[in-house]
Amino acid sequence: MLVYVVRKLLSTIPTLLGVALIVFILFDMVGGDPTYQMLGRHANAQQIQEVRHEYGFDQPQPIQFLHYLKQIVTFDYGRSYATRQPISQMIMEGVGPSLSLMIPAFLITTILSVSIGLMVAYFRGRAIDRIVVILCVFGMSLPMLAYILFGQYFFAFKLGWFPISGYESAWPDRLEFILMPMIIFVIVSLGYDVRFYRTAILEETTQDYVRTARAKGLSEPVVFFRHVLKNSMVPILTNVVIEIPMLILGAFLLESFFGIPGLGSITIDAVHNSDFPVIKAMTTLVAFLYVLGNLTTDILYTLVDPRVSLK
Amino acid sequence: MTTQVQTVQSAVGNQVHPTSRSLWGDAFLRLKRDRIALLCISILVLYALVALLCQFGWIASPWDRVVGSAYQPPNFASIDLILGTDLFGRSVFYKVLHGTRIAMSVGLMSSLLSIPVGVFLGSVAGYFGGWVDDLVVWFYTTVSSIPNIMLLIAVTFVLGKGLTAMYVALGVTAWVGLARVMRGEFIKHKSRDYVVAAESIGAGHVARIFRHILPNVSHFVIINISIQFVSAIKSEVILSFLGLGVQGQPSWGVMIDDAKLELSRGVWWQLAGASLAMFFVVLAFNLLGDSLRDALDPKMKH
Repeated sequence: MLVYVVRKLLSTIPTLLGVALIVFILFDMVGGDPTYQMLGRHANAQQIQEVRHEYGFDQPQPIQFLHYLKQIVTFDYGRSYATRQPISQMIMEGVGPSLSLMIPAFLITTILSVSIGLMVAYFRGRAIDRIVVILCVFGMSLPMLAYILFGQYFFAFKLGWFPISGYESAWPDRLEFILMPMIIFVIVSLGYDVRFYRTAILEETTQDYVRTARAKGLSEPVVFFRHVLKNSMVPILTNVVIEIPMLILGAFLLESFFGIPGLGSITIDAVHNSDFPVIKAMTTLVAFLYVLGNLTTDILYTLVDPRVSLK
Repeated sequence: MTTQVQTVQSAVGNQVHPTSRSLWGDAFLRLKRDRIALLCISILVLYALVALLCQFGWIASPWDRVVGSAYQPPNFASIDLILGTDLFGRSVFYKVLHGTRIAMSVGLMSSLLSIPVGVFLGSVAGYFGGWVDDLVVWFYTTVSSIPNIMLLIAVTFVLGKGLTAMYVALGVTAWVGLARVMRGEFIKHKSRDYVVAAESIGAGHVARIFRHILPNVSHFVIINISIQFVSAIKSEVILSFLGLGVQGQPSWGVMIDDAKLELSRGVWWQLAGASLAMFFVVLAFNLLGDSLRDALDPKMKH
């Protein structure tokens, strides 16, 4: 097992280097020298020289790439252009708010959509199944921004159930501010997720062991909730990884609309301020987290599915 | 003489497989019987038509003409005012129509850019295997490790805002899914009898990849287009919201972005117009994608 984990860990190194290379090529080679953009039109030659030296733009490109790799390893991405704050500090401050919104949102979405998926798979072909599938496709076809705008307008502005936006870091008060973005995320994700889990569970019901379980006289609920659900863990885990980019997008839009000072808000502000190093650091960080998320699922597969070989 | 031979051949063919049809012929018949698919195709044709007519300036032209006062609510008296007006008194309906042009062009251009790349990389990886495969797999694993939205932001940010940057950004992020599918299909097909037969009569690698295997897996490209359009249209909205999308032209994304300031004044029609226009086209693509998958997937037959 340990050997397997170590081997998997080593196999992510080429991917991580590739990510670093792509980000570097994008930002530092295609993007060009951002010094002029930072200093504006009235910069003198000495100022330009200083800034270029501070950010290392006067070095040859391979050296710059090594410098960037060092930044990743030491988690020190320098300072933001816009706020002059150390970027690693900004990220550390943003992690808490982001996680307190997205982890519960994600857990609720997954539990709810697996349950609904199981239910409609159980009633496959009947009216309730058809209705749920149609609702899912409808739900998937609206943009997330429309959900956010209508939700904010209707529930916060018209009905006044929730604050329109804002944030409070003390705990019971925080809930009031993250509840509504959380609900919106759940609603947005349900369409895709329910459909995915329904299909995955239905595929599972065509397996031989289900026929065996039925043949030996187990009742349909037992077949479903004991046998099929356990075996559906593999597609459920797969979908958890597929969902990560969706979570990030959700964090971006929800945080910036509801004024939650998380990683998403930091990135959106950076885009609006043309804050190169922050966008670069966020891209790198998110990609690395994604690779680690993938790795974790690979390891979890071995726990839920004994057929996965540890070779 | 030739006709005779053909008749004999088809007669023989009919005896062996009385209902033999090609994959495409069969898929076409299934689609023709599928009412939802036909409805979806009609909706998409309508959107494409609107996009083309706007492109040539035959309808809704010019879109920025002032047709009423600011924020006039929807009014069925006139076609200009059917969806109300925006802050500058321009017709929201015309803006929705022009948004269709942007949405369709974003979907089309990103498909045109990503399909050749995805097909080429996926097919050579699956066909040749070995180090070519390792390289391509490494490349698409790496690209897909950077979550789509970050890559889109990074590419548009670096290339500068605007429509062209958006086409490129969507194109360079979208090929991964297709490459993955193509690779898998090529691995399955390359050792099949018909490919071996082609090799034995002297077909080279290029002929085997493009003349023999590709036509047999090309339906995945069609299915991919329907997925690609949906993701391109949705991404356009996000990028426009971030200020990285279309500049100086109306698009659904720009309209939805405008709506965030208008809703508190009770102006809902710009958001509703853009969202509904988007809803129907995305719904049509989603449903058509499902129908295409059922119609073209040999596993689903009978």
